Amino acid sequence: MTEATATTPTGTWHLRGYLQRFGILISFLLLCLALSLLSDRFLTVSNLTNVLRQITVNGIIAVGMTYVILIGDIDLSVGSVLALTSVVTADLLQMGVPVPMAILLGIGLGMLLGTVNGLITVGFQVPSFITTLGMLTAARGMALTYTQGRPITGLPDSFRFLGRGEPFGMPMPIILAVLVFALAWVILRRTRYGEQLYAIGNNPVAARLVGIPVNRFRTLVFTVSGGLSALAGMILIARLDSAQPTAGVAFELDAIAAVVLGGTRFTGGVGGMGGTLLGALIIGVLDNGLNLLNISSLYEQLVKGAVIALALLIHRQKE
Amino acid sequence: MNRYVWIVTALVLALMLAGCQPVATTPTAGEPAPTGEAGTAEAITLGLALSTLNNPFFVDLRDGAQAAADELGVELIVVDAQDDPANQAASVEDLIQRGVSALLINPTDADAIVPSVEAANAAGIPVFTVDRSAAGGEIVSHIASDNVAGGRMAAEFLCNALGGEGKVVELEGIPGTSAARDRGQGFNEYMSESCPGVEIVARQTANFNRAEGLTVFENILQAQPEIDGVFAHNDEMVLGAIQAAEAAGRAGDIVFVGFDAIDDAIQAVKDGTLAATVAQQPREMGRLAVESAVKYLHGEEVPAFIPVDLALVTAETVQ
Repeated sequence: MTEATATTPTGTWHLRGYLQRFGILISFLLLCLALSLLSDRFLTVSNLTNVLRQITVNGIIAVGMTYVILIGDIDLSVGSVLALTSVVTADLLQMGVPVPMAILLGIGLGMLLGTVNGLITVGFQVPSFITTLGMLTAARGMALTYTQGRPITGLPDSFRFLGRGEPFGMPMPIILAVLVFALAWVILRRTRYGEQLYAIGNNPVAARLVGIPVNRFRTLVFTVSGGLSALAGMILIARLDSAQPTAGVAFELDAIAAVVLGGTRFTGGVGGMGGTLLGALIIGVLDNGLNLLNISSLYEQLVKGAVIALALLIHRQKE
Repeated sequence: MNRYVWIVTALVLALMLAGCQPVATTPTAGEPAPTGEAGTAEAITLGLALSTLNNPFFVDLRDGAQAAADELGVELIVVDAQDDPANQAASVEDLIQRGVSALLINPTDADAIVPSVEAANAAGIPVFTVDRSAAGGEIVSHIASDNVAGGRMAAEFLCNALGGEGKVVELEGIPGTSAARDRGQGFNEYMSESCPGVEIVARQTANFNRAEGLTVFENILQAQPEIDGVFAHNDEMVLGAIQAAEAAGRAGDIVFVGFDAIDDAIQAVKDGTLAATVAQQPREMGRLAVESAVKYLHGEEVPAFIPVDLALVTAETVQ
């Protein structure tokens, strides 16, 4: 991955970050090697495109989650925010609101919900675990009451382009995810804001003392996380042609898994987007492989858990 | 800290208020019916405790029960737990206090309802469970759809639609749930006994979820160059699978069969994208529950399990 050169405060962290990412890369390559030996269908262009398309939803949510975890917070509300924003967007579309407007309103709603998470966390000094746990329930409840529990099915073709379109032969979800990852990487590694985020994650008190607006940053990462959850929801409903109030249950767990597998430290300050991308890829490839190999559903979770534990073990040893 | 305590208090109060919403009583019972043997029909009052009325399935169930109660000239008190086990426990307690002749319970949770069932047992009130069962206590009989028969029904339809041979994929529900087990059992029993030409080429879980139906079936499409039919343990998964097949340009070659007859699935049958879905009959379930309870109160024997018939919805039978 391009960001093997981790810009972290001290030399030890630099080395450790490098090794962690290297370790998870080894796990990923081993997994791919194993799957290509076990199934002749795995290493085909169409299947790899398929896997990339499938990880876009989790990948985009995980980008927001990476920022949140980097400053030492957590966002448990991403799945519910995705559900609420996608049913509202689908409803706007069915009311005939122009597609770009509906998308902007949906993403705006996601950012608003994220900002609420941030403001409560910062303003009332509540741990983000608790704030976003509240939002997880509240947003889900709003999605259920808004739709009366029913899915909203049948979206305009111009909107479904987000999920099904293939400009230049490249699936639209993959283009969007690449843009999101690239932008997030640039902000984190090539701007002052990125440095300040790492500083907050490493030591919020010190960051405040050197004049970094810690509260504003903490609020902002939740805004970004909410907006990206909404964007991920757009891709999902464009692919499904249907928005569901029950969508996105436990998505926070997959996103957190991708971030942590990718070597981002759970207490903040260390990690990055490249690792998260690898983490999301591991989860996506694993799900794909289990289906390709037709593993019995009774054993699926066992196998998945074992592989994830093994991957974590490999990069812990590298530490 | 003070502010934090204030917020928590406000939240707790809000939750308590939400839990205390008035129970829906239709029609109001006059005098509490005497417990024990009810001599005449006028003396019978039945309590129906539903998990939620925020779902058309249970609204239909209530309507069927009400119609049967009106026909038989018995009182029916309906309470709605809004999917909250604590709320349900409280409203069942109310029904016991009012001295209903029998309780028809559709538990929000199989385990959480046990103390309520035991309380009713202690008060000498016979308990029937509807649609979902209870994990303990003394139950006179359980009234529910015969999911095994539904699975067989789907298999028979698919077998005939494929002319007795072809490659079939089974999308399974959440592993370990009774619906997934029973539907799968009925389907596979029929296929192995009566349809030897059909080969089940893949059997994977998509956890009753539409988004997973999409991704899991995308993966299976990668693995299986030839697929003639799909049976999914519920409509959500089959609707996701249809989106995957359409995006891959293979929907026309595949016969899809779902389960539950949700609105979107009925629409898909009308549109011709879904060949069939197995419908539960909630009205019939409500009717049978009331009739069985009245029979029992009149001293007749009732079986411990009362299966409710299912119906196949196809292009020919859809309204």
